[in-house]
Amino acid sequence: MKLLLDSTRCQAYGLCQEPAADLIDIDEWGYAQPIRTVVPEGSEEAAAEAVAVCPNSALRLVK
Amino acid sequence: MTGILSLTPQGQPTVLAPQPPGGEDLVRYRAHGGYAPAPAPDRLLDRIATAGLRGRGGAGFPAAVKLRTVRDTPGDTVVVANGEEGEPGSVKDRWLLRHRPHLVLDGLRLAAAVTGARRGYVYLADPAAEAAVRRALTERPPGIPVEVVVTEHTYVAGEESAVVRRIDGGPALPTAKPPRPFERGVGGAPTLVANVETLARVALLTSHPGAAAAVATTHLVTIAGPGSEPVLVEAPAGTHLKTLADLCGHGRAPAVLLGGLFGGVHGTGWTDLRLDHDELAAAGGALGCGALHFLAPGDCPVGAAADAAGYLAAQSARQCGVCVSGTRALADTLAAVARGESGEEDTEKLRRWSTQLPGRGACGLLDAAARIAATLLGHFPDRVEDHRHTPCPGCSAAPPRDGDRLVVAVP
Repeated sequence: MKLLLDSTRCQAYGLCQEPAADLIDIDEWGYAQPIRTVVPEGSEEAAAEAVAVCPNSALRLVK
Repeated sequence: MTGILSLTPQGQPTVLAPQPPGGEDLVRYRAHGGYAPAPAPDRLLDRIATAGLRGRGGAGFPAAVKLRTVRDTPGDTVVVANGEEGEPGSVKDRWLLRHRPHLVLDGLRLAAAVTGARRGYVYLADPAAEAAVRRALTERPPGIPVEVVVTEHTYVAGEESAVVRRIDGGPALPTAKPPRPFERGVGGAPTLVANVETLARVALLTSHPGAAAAVATTHLVTIAGPGSEPVLVEAPAGTHLKTLADLCGHGRAPAVLLGGLFGGVHGTGWTDLRLDHDELAAAGGALGCGALHFLAPGDCPVGAAADAAGYLAAQSARQCGVCVSGTRALADTLAAVARGESGEEDTEKLRRWSTQLPGRGACGLLDAAARIAATLLGHFPDRVEDHRHTPCPGCSAAPPRDGDRLVVAVP
């Protein structure tokens, strides 16, 4: 499973990092910076939460 | 005034062949094998693959692989001749559309034959190119319907997802990938977006099968820099950049901006580099669209980098927050270095951004800005350091001004 960021949609809300700190960093301007695209086993739920919490639907999970 | 120079060996077919005033002569084009019945699609594809043709938009992706992928994706397919060159230092695509519209349309026809496309587009921004293409469309032999789509001239308008978005009636702005146009392009159909030089070479190698490999590995490059008029050159792959620089009056250049603004700034050692995608990539650069901007002796590479980054920051499509913030930070910091107003922490920031920013925007603009910083720090660490202690005569004489001097006029 892959966690993909549409950087045209990221508005630097920064909410995605809290549930998925091992997948997403926040850069110095507040924008999401994916640490890894392939979601490791055990992090699927965290990835799904990061997707759900983004107010601008900038993240998506694809198989 | 931009000059024209062909370095292709005598007798080899050239895309730079002089054309009569008023435009490419259809009768002569046909007499030289143009618009001949297309070879069987598989044979044509094999010929393009064997000849080793790589895309000329910038990425250098193997043309046959792209053609085959579009052909093999289920559904009706679409072909697009992409003539919107956003790199300020490149003129080749507009030159081809203005002077060789039949060669480009013939390449589009052949690409349609390979991919099974039943409609095509010519995508461009230059009014003179538009007039030439529209005239050629009225003259060409009957074929698939081809529509001209006019866009604005910006750095990102020729990026392939921006091309698709504009043709579909939207703004000429890149979208997030996937999907890429070959999967889902114009109207949702698998779409080949091919640079016009790529298509011109497809046409030329089809009408001159005996010279296919030579045609496929010859490049149009735009050579520019202070002190000499720019030149549009056709040169075989493997030509030394020093040879090109000598011929165009830049033999004493201390540095060169490669690939348009995509390949970064290269100093000592640039004279050993050759016109070759893989070789330039191995050197930390990129051939890109083949635009080379040489610095003059006395020009400062820090100022040139600040200029280039300033241009890119101004050309950001302002869709991706990280691109708006990242390009602005790179440009402002490089300009501060040029003015002698930077500290040690600024060099560290440039170093960090140059590794953390690539790949994070929807298109390659942010990557280009990051590479300018990376190559400047890699090739000229002492010059960057010196600016902190001693005013730079080059930067004082010609302060960075957002890259307008990188723009080359179409011959």
